[in-house]
Amino acid sequence: MSYVVEMLNIRKEFPGIVANDNVTLTLKKGEIHALLGENGAGKSTLMGVLFGMYQPERGVIKVNGQEVKITNPNVANRLGIGMVHQHFKLVENFTVTENIILGSEPLKGMVLDIDKAAKRIEELSKHYGLNVDPHAKIEDISVGMQQRVEILKMLYREADVLILDEPTAVLTPAEIDELMKIMRNLINEGKSIIIITHKLKEIKAVADRCTVIRRGKGIGTVNVKETSEASLAEMMVGRHVSFKVDKKESTPGEVVLKIDSLSVKNNRKVMGLKDFSLEVRAGEIVGIAGVEGNGQTELVEAITGLRKAESGTILISGEEITNLPIRQRNEKGISHIPEDRQKRGLVLDYSLVSNMVLQIYNKQPFSKRGLLNYSAMKAYAQNIITNFDVRSGEGAASIARTLSGGNQQKAIIGRELELDPKLLIAVQPTRGLDVGSIEYIHKRIIEHRDKGNAVLLISLELDEVLQLSDRIAIVNNGELVGEVIASETNENEVGLMMAGVAKERSI
Amino acid sequence: MRNTIVSLISIILGLVAGGILMLFIGSNPIEGYSYLLQGALKNLERIGNTLATATPLVFTGLSVAFAFRTGLFNIGASGQMLVGGLAATAVALTFDFSRPILLLVMVLAGLVAGALWAFVPGLLKAKFNVHEVVSTIMMNWIAYWTIYYIVPGYFKGEFLETESKKLAESETLRTPFLTNMFDGSYINLGLFLAVIAVIIIAFIIDKTTLGFELKAVGFNRFAAEYAGMKVNRNIILSMLISGALAGVGGVALYTGNASSIQIGILPAQGYDGIAVALLGANHPVGVFFAAVLFGILYSGTGFMNAMTEIPPELANTIIAIIIYFAATSVMIERLLNKFKARKSNKDKSGPVVEKGDS
Repeated sequence: MSYVVEMLNIRKEFPGIVANDNVTLTLKKGEIHALLGENGAGKSTLMGVLFGMYQPERGVIKVNGQEVKITNPNVANRLGIGMVHQHFKLVENFTVTENIILGSEPLKGMVLDIDKAAKRIEELSKHYGLNVDPHAKIEDISVGMQQRVEILKMLYREADVLILDEPTAVLTPAEIDELMKIMRNLINEGKSIIIITHKLKEIKAVADRCTVIRRGKGIGTVNVKETSEASLAEMMVGRHVSFKVDKKESTPGEVVLKIDSLSVKNNRKVMGLKDFSLEVRAGEIVGIAGVEGNGQTELVEAITGLRKAESGTILISGEEITNLPIRQRNEKGISHIPEDRQKRGLVLDYSLVSNMVLQIYNKQPFSKRGLLNYSAMKAYAQNIITNFDVRSGEGAASIARTLSGGNQQKAIIGRELELDPKLLIAVQPTRGLDVGSIEYIHKRIIEHRDKGNAVLLISLELDEVLQLSDRIAIVNNGELVGEVIASETNENEVGLMMAGVAKERSI
Repeated sequence: MRNTIVSLISIILGLVAGGILMLFIGSNPIEGYSYLLQGALKNLERIGNTLATATPLVFTGLSVAFAFRTGLFNIGASGQMLVGGLAATAVALTFDFSRPILLLVMVLAGLVAGALWAFVPGLLKAKFNVHEVVSTIMMNWIAYWTIYYIVPGYFKGEFLETESKKLAESETLRTPFLTNMFDGSYINLGLFLAVIAVIIIAFIIDKTTLGFELKAVGFNRFAAEYAGMKVNRNIILSMLISGALAGVGGVALYTGNASSIQIGILPAQGYDGIAVALLGANHPVGVFFAAVLFGILYSGTGFMNAMTEIPPELANTIIAIIIYFAATSVMIERLLNKFKARKSNKDKSGPVVEKGDS
């Protein structure tokens, strides 16, 4: 059997952490090879080594049987290795063609030959079924389309080995299906693909073989057909993982959050949430189900104070908070796991210590008469980091930016739960997390409910809403379509309501 | 630590480049630099003058650095200095307090005037999202023409229409004890004010909840807003403090280093403050030393010019080159990395790439 890429016994260290320890990965020609591991297990590092971004301390890399030294990404490109990063590297106000030729611009005499490049890109696009318009501007096309531009970029550079770093993290379900089709096309044309992911469903759907790493160590490589999702999860996490959320019947108490005919404008200055009413009681989890952009953001931001309510009232334990500043709402017991962890959730250039006290730095014991007390802040942060298994190079002193996305998310969730809020608003709490972490976060959210607190869960993953919630409110086009009891409904019913079909039976 | 090394390397590279320039115009760089240093530090008087030259730069450097920590670019230090200087001069020429009280009121007047001058751009930014670069520059010119109108109109000099009436020695920040200690230099109490300002600003930035908030707003205003901080209030507050610093810098310049305020001149120290802040890596202590370095270059250049053929503009050139290197510090850091890698004889470097989700 011929291997296009062999990475043998790779070891890579960073200050304070061994990111890869004796990891072996081999890629056959014409296969889709999944690289599976928890958040921070070292998947991106391993691919960084292959792509020439990092130099390994030990180990051998062979391409087409020949030992090579990949000192930088240009060398990798020359060897036919291309990588699509999780965060795309595109110039927003350039066209597709301009982005693709950036760095290897074709010339006609002294001037750029854009037309020739555009023609070739169109051909490639047709050949692989990518359906990309070479003249569209990046800022005008969808995220899924941008990803295809990145793929095209590699095809244009005649890459034979494609590395996709968590390609599905940014895509909608329909786009994911489309991507999988494209990946199969690429394989049929003789390309080989490594896909970094922690989504087991996708591995089962598309990959041929799968290499698992756990905490930097290579655990093994398996044939995907001969293995189950459960055993993959076990290899990844190192223990048995339950996919079912285990929870008791809820015992709703008094009303914690009461929203009465709330209307909120969206960014385009039209009503994004219309005449919306909802109650969340102590000891229950209420999920909001809906397709993205149907009023969820407006709802959350109105409750937390990030956005002004046009009309209607919001009450916390009977007290009106509709027009209170954000800090006072926090002090009344609202806590918010934000949708965008890097924009809202963290000050990326602050240390974990500072981030863990972001809302309470001005309270005792973290400060006294305006003076900060670093040792108290540090002890508090350390506690969260340990409890929530936030992994980082330098512990509490690490700059938030250096953490992997999953660990950033765990840090935020830890911070919000540590505040012990009466009302927890969790927006996409497990986005970008691996199954082990998801299980843990779900457990903690349910624990929080069982302590007699209210939880408002907003998630685009219907599975998560169905499993975690006690009651589900469905939104469509900014309006409440209806409410259902989670244990008495199913995916179909909720799915129909998400599409705007109201239900006769009401509760 | 790393910032310090980068700044030091920038300075050395700037000086080397200046030396090469001296070679090109046919002068001996060693001779040139030796006269430059002599001019700045040869005797107590010259040392005093160097420190006095550095004083306003400490203030404007702090002003720019402080605003920058909050994510604001205050290019209006010049105008804030002008109104600060005007306020202090007006107080000195109008009131007849005893000296300690007069000096105190002068400094406070300069502080308040500078703060108010920066308050306007802060308010515009907070309320209407007007970019502070534009509004602070416009405020510079408003200050410029305000001086043009007020000085000849109300505080006209005895001989010249273009400057204010000379302050008596007892109405300035100069004090006999310092003047005598430095052999008749124009060094003045402004230096002490500058040192105090450095300490206070360092303290605010690193140790207080105010500094915590201001930095959070500077790094990520969305996260700051999410955490319940009042972003707009912080922007205004930061501009107020930044302007106050520049205002006191104006007091030190016009009622300490000089005894009058001229019309038609926008003080270059305001713009130099940007360079000082950059070289000092926006850290108060770094700003102090960067300002002293600039003071040495500026005050030594006259002596160098007198003793050699080297034109005085060379000091500005050297400063410009230093700033260039400081601004492209990424290159220097890369060099450092390479050097380290070679030293440890093991290639551990490679570009530092942000970790993605994994």
